[in-house]
Amino acid sequence: MKRLATVTVAAVMAAAPVMADLVFPSLSYRTGAYAAGGIPFADGYADYMTLLNERDGGIGGVMTRILECETGYNTEKGVECYEATKGEGSLVYQPLSTGITYQLIPKVTADNIPMHTMGYGRTSAANGKVFSNVFNYPANYWNGASLVVNHLLDLNGGDIKGKKVSLVYHNSGYGKEPIRTFEELAKKHGFELTLLAIDHPGQEQKSQWLQIRRERPDYVTMWGWGVMNQVAIQEAINIKFPMENFIGVWWSGSENAVLPAGDGAHGYKAITFHNVGSDFPVFGELAKYVVDAGKAAGAGDQIGTAIYNRGFYAAMLAAEAVKTAQKIHGVADITPAMMRDGMEALEITEAVMTDLGMPNFGPSFKVTCENHGGPGTGAVAQWDATNKKWSLISDFAGSDMSVIQPLIDADSAAYAAENGMEARCN
Amino acid sequence: MFYRESGDFSETYPADSQTFPIKFDRYRYYAVLVVAFLIIPFIINDYWANAILVPFLIYAIAAIGLNILVGYCGQVSLGTGGFMAVGAYACYKLMTTFPDVSIMFHILISGGITAAVVTLFGLPSLRIKGFYLAVATLAAQFFLVWLFNRVAWFYNYSASGQINAPDRTVFGHLVTGPNTDAWAKYMICLVFLTFAGIVARNLTRGSLGRKWSAIRDMDIAAEIIGVNPLSAKLSAFAISGFFIGISGALFFSVYLGAVEVGEAFGIQKSFLVLFMIIIGGLGSVFGSFAGAAFMVLLPVLLKNVLVGGLGWDTALAAHLEFVIVGALIIIFLIAEPHGLAQLWRVAKEKLRLWPFPH
Repeated sequence: MKRLATVTVAAVMAAAPVMADLVFPSLSYRTGAYAAGGIPFADGYADYMTLLNERDGGIGGVMTRILECETGYNTEKGVECYEATKGEGSLVYQPLSTGITYQLIPKVTADNIPMHTMGYGRTSAANGKVFSNVFNYPANYWNGASLVVNHLLDLNGGDIKGKKVSLVYHNSGYGKEPIRTFEELAKKHGFELTLLAIDHPGQEQKSQWLQIRRERPDYVTMWGWGVMNQVAIQEAINIKFPMENFIGVWWSGSENAVLPAGDGAHGYKAITFHNVGSDFPVFGELAKYVVDAGKAAGAGDQIGTAIYNRGFYAAMLAAEAVKTAQKIHGVADITPAMMRDGMEALEITEAVMTDLGMPNFGPSFKVTCENHGGPGTGAVAQWDATNKKWSLISDFAGSDMSVIQPLIDADSAAYAAENGMEARCN
Repeated sequence: MFYRESGDFSETYPADSQTFPIKFDRYRYYAVLVVAFLIIPFIINDYWANAILVPFLIYAIAAIGLNILVGYCGQVSLGTGGFMAVGAYACYKLMTTFPDVSIMFHILISGGITAAVVTLFGLPSLRIKGFYLAVATLAAQFFLVWLFNRVAWFYNYSASGQINAPDRTVFGHLVTGPNTDAWAKYMICLVFLTFAGIVARNLTRGSLGRKWSAIRDMDIAAEIIGVNPLSAKLSAFAISGFFIGISGALFFSVYLGAVEVGEAFGIQKSFLVLFMIIIGGLGSVFGSFAGAAFMVLLPVLLKNVLVGGLGWDTALAAHLEFVIVGALIIIFLIAEPHGLAQLWRVAKEKLRLWPFPH
């Protein structure tokens, strides 16, 4: 009798696999004007999870499951995807769209599901006192803006007074986010900032580049995404703007942005908050367990590209947060609320990354209740058009938090006041 | 047999001229109201509200608004997205400036503000027609999106230019913000849609609607028989704008909660609403509902069947969705150029005679 009961229980357990997996929704976009960025990220995210399943049998003995939903970078579809996936025990949302992030911030907070917006989204979410469920470690737009300016300072021996810098940005929440930081930094360092907005989807940029040609700025920096990136680089080549003075944010620093321009793009720079290339032990395991087994996501042709690495890194951080959550709560099959605790207690050290086969892939950092934003470090990568690869030309270094922190505090305080929220972490 | 008018007598003029003079029609209408008001609110869940019904109701309001202008009055407009943005930003400014006033008033006032703006952009219609007017309203679309992107006052100087809807209640129940119950979201949209539908239906049946139709069919002849083109055209713009403004306000505050003007109210939105009324049927209130249902529900249905049901790759499904929706639009328009409303009318005629068509 007892045996029968055991068999029955086992059968029920086996018949209900939905309950015992770790669900990672992937709000991807493989279609539309931004697919060039959406595909590699989604592939990297999915491949890392597949690697964990194939190599380690999931995380802590529980298999992972990717729940993909196509948003097309459209907020309405993003809402539909969120509603469709949240009931399946989705652990963490990574929408890869600032517009969808803004939609989801109040929703995930109400539903107590964490959201990780790595290097995008609402920058002031770095303030964990206000944003309980939103994380944007290890770096955000404002760190990015400061990193660009720091690079300019390095190039000019620490003095960029009177230099002219143009910001070419996507005319949306994403592109507008860094403006305030750039304005503060322009005041601090005395450079002259010109703003050039480019409307969705970004194929029409002639007039902006004409203006750049006329005004001859010393440096151009870009907050672009999707098709806008490659058009901007081509336009810069057309007006013979020196590529080494053209610096993109990390979303403008992918192979898709520079490859169409061919040799002309040689020397183009972009900042990055994680390492580039596929020269890490983990990629060997990826080839063995995932690619050779025919289980790679998408077409499998993106491995090692900049944004693929970013998706891969995002999945790694999510998996590490799951491990932390499992440790805190002593349960293997965690809930979204436990995942949130795991993300808030996440600690990434060099030893952890080396163990994972990703030495020096990203910064070492520790998330706390107050700081959901991580260290905000980054490096500058430069495109080598002859060998068709990115290489780092600087070390990972910090950004100017004396400028950024007051901005984060002010913006998050405004959000808290608008929504009548109490500060956490006391 | 199922749908007949024999034995259905009207004894008074009001009974004869009511919206649904045929008893079967009338009962069907009451049944729809009962289901919509008394059944759906009790069984609705978050997914059905946020992904399906709320967008359908809001787009139906916008389609009714545009149908008044394009379908009834014959003034082509490509500015719907921009006009919806006016409603959304008006609602946002009102919500944040007067937090103590009920959101119902804010939404109505947003409609009024949009009506004023649309009337302003409708002024060129007195001099230009057809394609030229379409281009003038297209200019309105781009100007309004540019304005809401450019002038920081409209988005209260937030860093990203996004606007976020704060929590607001109606009779003590939250209707905006993330903690809103599914039924509350659904109900507020349904109330506005019912209001819009009844007003539009009665306006278009009345003298104003006849003036609009006269202008649409031939404006010179209409002028000769005594229709004032100034008042007829501008009233169409104003009333259309009022409904579009309401839909924009609901779209922002109840449905999305956070909006970025270029992404949410771009030119695609103008075309989407225009497609709705063309597919649904120009000059028909029912057509506005049918068109909105077709354009909102079909992609969601296809997605759920292809990805959820058949387990296809999401990118493939998304591409195929475009193909299927596009093909269906073409098939529908070839089969019935007057839209789904005309199909419905033909079906009713057939049912009236069935089973003895001769």
